Amino acid sequence: MKGLLRLFAVLRKEVRQLRRDRLTFGMIVGIPLLQITLFGFAINTDVRNLSAGVADQANTQLSRILAADAEASQVVGMTRRAETAEQLETLLRRGEISVGIFIPADFGQRLAARDRPAAQLMIDGSDPLILAAARQLAGMTLRYDTAPRPAAEAPLFEIRNYYNPERRSAVYIVPGLMGVILTMTMVLFTAVAIVRERERGNLELLINTPVRNLELMVGKIIPYVIIGLIQVSLILLLGVLLFHVPIQGRMIDIYLAALAFIAANLTIGLVISTLAQTQFQAMQTTFFFFLPSILISGFMFPFDGMPRAAQYIAELLPLTHFVRLIRGIMLRGAELSELLPEIWALMAFMLVTLSIAVRRFKKRLD
Amino acid sequence: MTGDYAITARGLTRRFGALTAVDHVDLAIARATIYGFLGPNGSGKSTTIRMLCGLLTPSEGEAEVLGHRIPGEAEAIKRKIGYMTQRFSLYEDLTVRENLEFMADIYGLARKSVRRRIDQLLEKYNLADRERQWAGTLSGGQKQRLALAAVTVHEPELLFLDEPTSAVDPQSRRDFWETLFELCEKGTTILVSTHYMDEAERCHGLAILDRGRVAADGAPQELERRIDATVVEMETGDSRTARRLLTDLPGVLGVTQLGMRLRVLLDRSVSDPLAAIRAGLADRGLRFDARLTHPSLEDVFVAATQGRYLKAKA
Repeated sequence: MKGLLRLFAVLRKEVRQLRRDRLTFGMIVGIPLLQITLFGFAINTDVRNLSAGVADQANTQLSRILAADAEASQVVGMTRRAETAEQLETLLRRGEISVGIFIPADFGQRLAARDRPAAQLMIDGSDPLILAAARQLAGMTLRYDTAPRPAAEAPLFEIRNYYNPERRSAVYIVPGLMGVILTMTMVLFTAVAIVRERERGNLELLINTPVRNLELMVGKIIPYVIIGLIQVSLILLLGVLLFHVPIQGRMIDIYLAALAFIAANLTIGLVISTLAQTQFQAMQTTFFFFLPSILISGFMFPFDGMPRAAQYIAELLPLTHFVRLIRGIMLRGAELSELLPEIWALMAFMLVTLSIAVRRFKKRLD
Repeated sequence: MTGDYAITARGLTRRFGALTAVDHVDLAIARATIYGFLGPNGSGKSTTIRMLCGLLTPSEGEAEVLGHRIPGEAEAIKRKIGYMTQRFSLYEDLTVRENLEFMADIYGLARKSVRRRIDQLLEKYNLADRERQWAGTLSGGQKQRLALAAVTVHEPELLFLDEPTSAVDPQSRRDFWETLFELCEKGTTILVSTHYMDEAERCHGLAILDRGRVAADGAPQELERRIDATVVEMETGDSRTARRLLTDLPGVLGVTQLGMRLRVLLDRSVSDPLAAIRAGLADRGLRFDARLTHPSLEDVFVAATQGRYLKAKA
């Protein structure tokens, strides 16, 4: 009997404390809500409407039917036009399209002869889900062409798998994983670092000194920037040595992109530190930011497969831009100058969050 | 006015929601003196100190600290003051010397003078043999000396000490106060909050705070002279019963038990206090021994917080 009474005493105390911890209470509702919505709506492995570019050198009625049929299949959505195969390659490298359809000038003859593929499908193979989706086009037949083709005949498309011809998953996972790891560690490190000072009472001393907000924040961030760069080096080293991940682009570009990304994550960590009162709350809030980052950034599931609303939200997350940057540089050999919009997005994110943090962090107690 | 006073305040008030933590406090604290805030927990000591260093914005009223207006010029006073928090707020995972170096750099001391200044502080605060020890592993008294060293590294004109001795043994407290007097002699103004009577007695000036108001202020000796009540000290075998009976007597303001002894504070209107006490305890057959005595600061504290049992300032 006494045991039961004590058990209930503990239970009641726990419920009372839980009710007062509004952040934890919010998480109880927030995490399932976020997970279900993200997984249910945003995550779609049946990828449709891949952004595609077409270079139609034949420019005949037949070639236009081919492009229209490809679009009608809903596998691709034509967003760009190009003149040559080289231009399509450039668009692929920049990440502006995932699929290129090249229709050669002799498309009509090839189609009639049926001894070799009539057109070329150029696919960004750095994401296996994109590759799998785009391959559906390979089995396509032209609408006018109702007669079944004998099996021995050449297919309609020749498929060229760019950037990951051996289709090794490590190649596509490792660069994005670098972003995931940096998000986790950088946001958490800074958030906890400042909250720890508050918890231990150091902050009450600091705010009574002439130290300025910006000095305090930047001084706290810089060591973690260096830690972040060390992590980048470690991941690159392991990726190359263990998994033979190719590094097509320049090292300097990788580090510059990582630097912008690290800075953006550290400033979001600072914002979290101004919201959280305890280290535990800082960790919870970090998790809340981390979850959508891995789910809708394009790291796990292709960006093109997500509904419009999820895409807009994803554009606000630094990881989305970093995944594009790092896959572009490492796998597709893109130069940083070809990916500038992503860099600007990270910089803008950093400036906005830093000013929020500096503004929210008061040198007063009230 | 500013020349003679380190701190002046008029009608300083701070509300937290419905609670008025500090209620129209007036202060005038002369330079190079030790001024004490005496009061129980929740009497507004810390809140007043925090307003004076610019950590909290007053809801009402204003103050002038070292010639700077509060609110408004809070940042300007930060390099001229030192603030020792109630809780140890240095870095426990830095060594004694590293903590002092950090504070010296934060206050912008010239690089080449830092080393000498820190050596000097380590010597003065008797921490020289601890300089490589982590601050978290120091004893209570050592932590307190380190905290004082850290907030005086930039030789501030004004020191705020918020209950600095609450976690410290009596010998360390004595040493600590010796150091405060040394600093004061060199021209530092010190505002210290405490709930110890013996510490309050050592201050040049004193404000007794009670529920956010200044119940009385002045020099400790002056406050003792101004007490408008009679103090009787008595010894009795059954102090608990005696205390209960005395508390109900008309004209008794307060009874404080000190071991076997009782200190009874009576209104001046009681013309013969000893007779009144005798009459009050007579029918219980309690044996006791009572005599009139000089008021102590504790009596002043009881008188001040019970009502207006202090004469006006001369």
